[in-house]
Amino acid sequence: MERNIAYIALFAALIAVLGFVPRIELAAGVPITAQSLGVMLCGTVLGARRGALAVLLFLALLAVGLPLLSGGANLWAVWGTPRIGFVIGFPFAAFVAGWVMERTSLAVGVSAFAGALIGGMAVLYAFGLVGMVWRMGITPGQALFNLGAFIPGDMVKAVIAGVVTASLARMRPGVLLSRA
Amino acid sequence: MLTLTSPVETPFDRLPAGVKLAALVVATSAVFTITSPWILGGAAAVVVGLYLTGGPRLLAYGVRLLWPLWPFAAVIAAWHLWRGTPVFGLVVLLRMAVAVTVANLVTMTTRLDEMIAVITKMATPLGYFGLPPRRLALALALAIRFIPDLMQSAERLTLAWRARSARRSGHRLLAPLTLAAIDTADHVAEALRARGGAG
Repeated sequence: MERNIAYIALFAALIAVLGFVPRIELAAGVPITAQSLGVMLCGTVLGARRGALAVLLFLALLAVGLPLLSGGANLWAVWGTPRIGFVIGFPFAAFVAGWVMERTSLAVGVSAFAGALIGGMAVLYAFGLVGMVWRMGITPGQALFNLGAFIPGDMVKAVIAGVVTASLARMRPGVLLSRA
Repeated sequence: MLTLTSPVETPFDRLPAGVKLAALVVATSAVFTITSPWILGGAAAVVVGLYLTGGPRLLAYGVRLLWPLWPFAAVIAAWHLWRGTPVFGLVVLLRMAVAVTVANLVTMTTRLDEMIAVITKMATPLGYFGLPPRRLALALALAIRFIPDLMQSAERLTLAWRARSARRSGHRLLAPLTLAAIDTADHVAEALRARGGAG
């Protein structure tokens, strides 16, 4: 139990820290940072349940008003903006990434890449799309077009998630709770 | 770094955090049902009035906090001008501006410990799903405590990288940073257990 709480808390903190990584480019109004990479890593390293809980804890940090979202927003400040869809989708993205990791027996790196791709892109984009349509008053088609701007960056992030997860497994065998 | 507090004392500082959060949720939901730009303009005027209770300095600060939203605003404006729906575009922009400024006002005038108390209280029903509020409070406290710590690890890793290489580190520091989080988590878990467990 203590181990679960500590891992969940530290990975929530890791997502926050990755939001400060100063690599903020802008695509269709949503900053691209390493933050969503942190969400992917929660799933691929901690597994579905713990990964989703870590991301939920990160959302709780945002709910108590800490401006930890990249660009310096908290949950309430982002509530009225098109980013809300992505933020709500974060825990689901981590869950699916972890689920893929747990349910496949592929090589760690390949499985983590696939999990990041399905969870961090397919699932997250579905939530992001709804958020953009809802908050920007645009058509789903236009929102889909906007999402296109994230694809190159997120492909890179999915690859990095695979590489990082694989090197963690190599550096410290048994560290991946998703494959425990 | 982690705080967003008002530079001046306002009447809202003394309101209970729960009341402010409830008002925020009601106000934001209401704003997103309004379709008249005139009513939204009125709402924006009310928000300006609320900020002015803290003086012009608070208003200026509130406006400055809106700045990071400009890319959204540009996309929304461009899209609705192109579609020939400028009034709806204005409505969308006003909704966003009102929602964000009200949210920032609540954040700025509420202390972190009050906010944590409200959120953990709101999470009480989660107890039935195996997440007692005190465990959530512990996890929140741990995460807040270790953000600066991990930040320092990230800086140390960056410095060490720069000492070794003139190239950019790219993603190479991510695995060691994640490992730092994992190691800290292991230590924290041991410390918690040694002190009687997480309960």
